[in-house]
Amino acid sequence: TVRAFSASEPQRIEKILIANRGEIACRIMRTAKRLGIQTVAVYSDADRHSLHVKSADEAVHIGPPPARLSYLKASSIIDAAIRTGAQAIHPGYGFLSESAEFAQLCEDKGLTFIGPPASAIRDMGDKSASKRIMGAAGVPLVPGYHGKDQDIDLMKLEADKIGYPILIKPTHGGGGKGMRIVQSPDEFVESFLGAQREAAASFGVSTILLEKYITQPRHIEVQIFGDKHGKVLHLYERDCSVQRRHQKIIEEAPAPNVSNDFRTHLGQAAVSAAKAVGYHNAGTVEFIVDTVSGQFYFMEMNTRLQVEHPVTEMIVGQDLVEWQIRVASGEHLPISQSQVPLSGHAFEARIYAENVPKGFLPATGVLHHYHHVPVSPQVRVETGVEQGDTVSMHYDPMIAKLVVWGENRAAALVKLKDCLSKFQVAGLPTNINFLLKLANHRAFQNGDVETHFIEHFKDDLFVDTSNSLLVDKVLGAARFSATLAAACLIEKENSLFRENLPGGDSIISIWYSSPPFRVHHCARHTVELEWDNEYDSSGSKSLKLSTTYKPDGSYLVETEEESFPGLEVKVTCIGNHDFRVEADGVNMDVSLAVYSKDQTKHIDIWYGSHHHHFRQKTDLELSDEDETEHKPRFDKSSYPQGTVAAPMAGLVVKVVVKDGTKVEEGQPILVLEAMKMEHVVKAPSAGYVRGLHLAAGQQVSDGGILFSIKEE
Amino acid sequence: ASWKSSLSAFQIVQTRRDYSLGVLPDGADRNSEAFSRNSKAMDLLISDLQSHIEKVLGGGGPVAVKRNRSRNKLLPRERIDRLLDPGASFLELSQLAGHELYEESLPSAGIITGIGPVHGRLCMFVANDPTVKGGTYYPITVKKHLRAQEIANQCKLPCVYLVDSGGAFLPKQAEVFPDRENFGRIFYNQALMSAEGIPQIALVLGSCTAGGAYIPAMADESVMVKGNGTIFLAGPPLVKAATGEEVSAEDLGGVSVHCKTSGVSDYFAQDELHGLALGRNIIKNLHMAARGLKSGLQNISSEYQEPLYDVKELRSIAPTDHKQQFDIRSVIARIVDGSEFDEFKKLYGTTLVTGFGRIFGQPVGIIGNNGILFNESALKGAHFIELCTQRNIPLVFLQNITGFMVGSRSEANGIAKSGAKMVMAVSCAKVPKVTIIVGGSFGAGNYAMCGRAYSPDFMYLWPNARISVMGGAQAAGVLAQIERGNKKKQGIEWDKEEEEKFKAKVVEAYEREGNSYYSTARLWDDGIIDPADTRKVIGLSISASMNRDPEETKYGVFRM
Repeated sequence: TVRAFSASEPQRIEKILIANRGEIACRIMRTAKRLGIQTVAVYSDADRHSLHVKSADEAVHIGPPPARLSYLKASSIIDAAIRTGAQAIHPGYGFLSESAEFAQLCEDKGLTFIGPPASAIRDMGDKSASKRIMGAAGVPLVPGYHGKDQDIDLMKLEADKIGYPILIKPTHGGGGKGMRIVQSPDEFVESFLGAQREAAASFGVSTILLEKYITQPRHIEVQIFGDKHGKVLHLYERDCSVQRRHQKIIEEAPAPNVSNDFRTHLGQAAVSAAKAVGYHNAGTVEFIVDTVSGQFYFMEMNTRLQVEHPVTEMIVGQDLVEWQIRVASGEHLPISQSQVPLSGHAFEARIYAENVPKGFLPATGVLHHYHHVPVSPQVRVETGVEQGDTVSMHYDPMIAKLVVWGENRAAALVKLKDCLSKFQVAGLPTNINFLLKLANHRAFQNGDVETHFIEHFKDDLFVDTSNSLLVDKVLGAARFSATLAAACLIEKENSLFRENLPGGDSIISIWYSSPPFRVHHCARHTVELEWDNEYDSSGSKSLKLSTTYKPDGSYLVETEEESFPGLEVKVTCIGNHDFRVEADGVNMDVSLAVYSKDQTKHIDIWYGSHHHHFRQKTDLELSDEDETEHKPRFDKSSYPQGTVAAPMAGLVVKVVVKDGTKVEEGQPILVLEAMKMEHVVKAPSAGYVRGLHLAAGQQVSDGGILFSIKEE
Repeated sequence: ASWKSSLSAFQIVQTRRDYSLGVLPDGADRNSEAFSRNSKAMDLLISDLQSHIEKVLGGGGPVAVKRNRSRNKLLPRERIDRLLDPGASFLELSQLAGHELYEESLPSAGIITGIGPVHGRLCMFVANDPTVKGGTYYPITVKKHLRAQEIANQCKLPCVYLVDSGGAFLPKQAEVFPDRENFGRIFYNQALMSAEGIPQIALVLGSCTAGGAYIPAMADESVMVKGNGTIFLAGPPLVKAATGEEVSAEDLGGVSVHCKTSGVSDYFAQDELHGLALGRNIIKNLHMAARGLKSGLQNISSEYQEPLYDVKELRSIAPTDHKQQFDIRSVIARIVDGSEFDEFKKLYGTTLVTGFGRIFGQPVGIIGNNGILFNESALKGAHFIELCTQRNIPLVFLQNITGFMVGSRSEANGIAKSGAKMVMAVSCAKVPKVTIIVGGSFGAGNYAMCGRAYSPDFMYLWPNARISVMGGAQAAGVLAQIERGNKKKQGIEWDKEEEEKFKAKVVEAYEREGNSYYSTARLWDDGIIDPADTRKVIGLSISASMNRDPEETKYGVFRM
């Protein structure tokens, strides 16, 4: 291509291609639009109807769903930029954002890469190399082994030298992928090989480093920003300690319980780190803070805009994407270090489609209902999906980021809890309830965060079936929810029917008065709801709600349990799924989502800080008219003993043992991968593996039978 | 231009004033002693009624209900609820049929009947109650079934039979089986209605034995529920007795036999709820929901005003003493839209109140008693009925009548002739007719005011209602006179005490037989209603009767 301007004189950016998807693509487009810059989206087959495609001025199809054939395919993306006449590419986070080759390729093709120089990405991308550079620049480092020699025996010796527990992690990549904690020498080999395999699959490089594992660490990172004129400043720190599966779920800025002195030191160290690699654009220097000693060590530098960048934006009142674009255009940073404001406190909660009780396994499915809290200057919702969209297994299962700001930490936390309780997602499991529990936890309220927070307080955060007091409380809440749900369901169904009377004949309309007329008695309606009781091993509980239409238009809802007196509920429909409900003298807002999934009617209800999910027993299966029984649906209890079902939909990456092998309890049988996370499926008991006919590369569906363990 | 618009607004106000000329006054003196006495007496009647109702709502009692539930079966009213549209009303008929009629109790005569919409289409439901004597047919059960079919036929309502019955109650077979209006008539009606295009649908939710087997067999479409539903002319015991064949109920007449082999049933239901859902679907597929109204009946407002006065006050209007008259307008004021009633011939024949109003937007002509019927009142009634039939306006009769005026002057004036005119008009009127007895219903007054014999589409009683050929005291007087004459012929002297005893016996019998329960138990009406429900019940009944096409009325010879 012949270009009119030389690369050394960057032309003004008028059109940006966003080489990403989901919320970050939408978020970048928002700023671009505000600046009057046109946007180009790229999309795979799976994203044809996604929000980021709709939000862009133009969109280019770049390939099939697997990321390596689309969002990771540099040539297709460069091609799309050239075709649409974009002058710059914003890589977002993940995918190609930390690919030095891609950054280089952009520059080679005369496109502005909105990010750091390829050299800095390269330097920081290799974790061993980055540590060497940082060590030389005087940034404190965690003791460890960062050598090129990857011989397993040598590595084990190095590990012994550092002392257990130690941390194994790939030199490339991030997000916790491939990381392993090794508690004792005899676990080393398996963990090491696993980490290597995952690293190779995810990043194409299998080099591993070893580090001392700090038992009570905090994860604190510093947002830095540099321009092309050698100026680097920091925008304070974020605390991202609360993690599960080594991935952040709640981040905040500034870090709680940190002195100004510490903050200044940390900021300076981060700026030194950035300067050591000639950095410009947005970056994050991650530190590990040993809460016991108060020491901080350099961990790694992320050479991109982070997922959690909004919390920083909220406390400094700046738009980091705007800064990125301006700096990439060659502009100077707009303020100096002393001018960086620090105002209030911000939280970010990541809302994921995931199965919390199953160990936070990623979940897939349709967002049958999706209503987030209204946004305001203090509340941001960063999302890339809409109601009706599918969270597929191809990409990250994050639904949204909820970002709130308050004048101080306590005020922000109140806001976070309120917004979480009003964040309505139905159709697939999410971590919202879990986030609420986290936000409500005493230790979290005190800011006593550390990376093992969830593990440490698991008794409080997860279901404890032994606490009968709590079990009763939970059941009571579910029953109350079911009561409200039944009343709202009936009110809605009836009013919908009234509004759409067949024929719309006025002569017939008097038959649909409210309440319905009966001679000498009140009409009744029984609703049967199934509730998944996680406090009960038997699974679901059936709640039979007998509803009586009272003459004043309210409902008397009674359950079968005699200990629970009937409740009089008055319902007013406000919107499509919003209600004002008066129950027991208290008025409240109630939201209801009703949808069909797997031929079952599902009902989700929200009120106050409660959210419950029910399945309604439906009367019919009209299509099935032959004599055969209702199709048996697979549920756990119907499987024979010892059957192992897939805990999630995913790809078989490795089959460890052959069918028919005798195995011990807990022995790994096969390895599944979904959302780039590996999950080892182990033998539930000792015995012989039967019915294992899977091979690496095969796809399994959620709940599909993998194999079974038989005693003989 | 502003003065122009204010002028037109003024004109609108003028029109409105014309329109509301006929608003009735309240008519109830809430502070009067009579008002509180009346309401206390009615409260007693209603609580008595409520206790009877509660018993029949319990069906055959807790044991039978439990057994029914254990078979995965719903109670008949619950079955109907599941068939009805969401939030729809149900006009149940003759809940107290069979009340104290037999030695054993027979709640609701063992069969639930009534009207309600399915997919916007009004249907007549006839549901056996298997918890009451196994759903078998007593004579009164047959009568109630036939009455439901009669209404369905009159109003052209699709019939949905929820069958769960052991057939005729054998010990009473002589009163159930052979006569014209007996068991066989059910199938005869099905055949004729089907021929007229009134859909006949049977849902076999339980057993369907002997004659009962013809209900699904005669239906246009039928559904059978796996396990519970069986259809056979003779059950396994009778088959064994007759032919020696030993066969299970399921193999003899189960769902597989009838849906796969015999073709007696059309739809295979997995369970009861599935069966009921299939039933709803059948109604949906009738494609009759949006059936338009024929000429003359379109004048229905979709918006209407509730009466200005509390409908519940109807419980305080009927006097405890039947000899006392009350102004029927205080009833009308509480049942018509906006209490608006345009009275016809207000100043003539004042013992009969006639006029036009609307109930739930439906135009009605109302005829109510305000005293004894005189010549003028009867002529006025006949005149008004003619008006309504010509305009296709449904008639509502509010009965509180001791009869036509008697005596030489009346007879000489031709009261019989005038009465005959009104009876002729009532008999021939083809518009929908609904009769409510709000007080007494005696003698020829019952006839002229569209009593049961005049086939009103619907007829209901207030709990205080009295029906008999004449008052108990009058009858006792007449009978005592005749008896004294007879005794005199035989030369027997009748002492005063004996005579009083004789009279008291007659009065007592009239008291018992004139009671509303005595009537409703025998299906002389379609049910006792709470006065507070009067507006609602008339509205629903008229709506159901408007389901048919208007018919032209032809009168016989009026004796002039």
